[in-house]
Amino acid sequence: MTSNSNVANMRRLVEQLKLEASLERIKVSQAAAELQQYCHQNAAKDALLVGVPAGSNPFREPRSCNLF
Amino acid sequence: MGEMEELRKEADNLKDQITEARKVVQDTTLQEAVAGTTLVGRVQLKTRKTLRGHLAKIYAMHWGTDTNCSKLCVSASQDGKLIVWDTLTTNKVNAIPLKSSWVMTCAYAPSGNMVACGGLDNMCSIYNLKGKDGNVKVMRELAAHTGYLSCCRFLNDSEIITSSGDCTCILWDIETGTEKTIFAGHLGDCMSLAVSPDFKMFISGACDFTAKLWDIREATCRQTFSGHESDINAIGFFPNGNAVITGSDDATCKLYDLRADQELITYQDSGIMCGVTSLAASLSGRLLLAGYDDFNVNIWDMLKAERVGVLAGHDNRVSCIGVSSDGMACCTGSWDSFLKIWN
Repeated sequence: MTSNSNVANMRRLVEQLKLEASLERIKVSQAAAELQQYCHQNAAKDALLVGVPAGSNPFREPRSCNLF
Repeated sequence: MGEMEELRKEADNLKDQITEARKVVQDTTLQEAVAGTTLVGRVQLKTRKTLRGHLAKIYAMHWGTDTNCSKLCVSASQDGKLIVWDTLTTNKVNAIPLKSSWVMTCAYAPSGNMVACGGLDNMCSIYNLKGKDGNVKVMRELAAHTGYLSCCRFLNDSEIITSSGDCTCILWDIETGTEKTIFAGHLGDCMSLAVSPDFKMFISGACDFTAKLWDIREATCRQTFSGHESDINAIGFFPNGNAVITGSDDATCKLYDLRADQELITYQDSGIMCGVTSLAASLSGRLLLAGYDDFNVNIWDMLKAERVGVLAGHDNRVSCIGVSSDGMACCTGSWDSFLKIWN
């Protein structure tokens, strides 16, 4: 690796860091509250969380033939 | 060499600035914020289906998302086959023989029209599932990476993003088979990628122990997340797209919030000493399912960071895991050559 490409890489890193440093950040309290809110709002639809009643679980073998 | 010294100083200053800026917004921790929330009750999922047919280690699986194929998934095995499964009937919809058996990843296009795979051949091969004569053929071979293909994800039928052992990710134009954008910046093999729910961003996890958030259209790296002490093998978005989950060889998973630009919590247990191979979030984001080298999948309460369940059923490493788009079931794939569907 030539010293020129080392300098070029370093310049790129500095530009990238400038970009990342300029980000506008929100407070952790707000971020945490919104994640929590999303979980609560969608909990009822989350089959892995609340379970699926045997009759309406498409992956379970039907025990009897039902006509709906 | 004066310029090099100055640039190094500038870089260090900027790194300190970023650390400071992250501290400034750290008015609490996720742990404190959810202190009033009750831990999720014990989660016990049962194997509902076992998909048998591969003859060697399974390395990857991906669920279909289109309403027509929400119960279909594709898996890739080093037996040199891609299999598209109907998970309800366990029937094989397609069994696609591959040119190279050293496959490490596969993906299902959101439309359900195509699948893709790649591995040690350094290429991403696109297969058209809806060809006129009913035969599944290679549509494109995307070649430009100089290292193995670790992961690929379709944006749509004409664009796909790949991650590689050559430390870069590439956005491809499938029509022309050429690179639209090369995302360079990682200092180690890129192991995994995930696309945001709005398809505007993607995240990559690499062997440089960092995760990077990329703006697809601006072609820039927006943010870099550190903290892991070893390779990041698995990465995914929290379902609302505002946070990222990573899984690492350091035996932990981490949750990073994109807008607060920092780690919120680490999922670890002194009893877990082996690497995380794969992860997936449940529909609401409350559960984190992570596959480990010790053949198990641990289920974590994502908010409280405690283990609330285990999926034990494979006889070898769990290499891949995915939750169906309607959240109804989770699929695990293993080096024992089987896929299992759980709910």
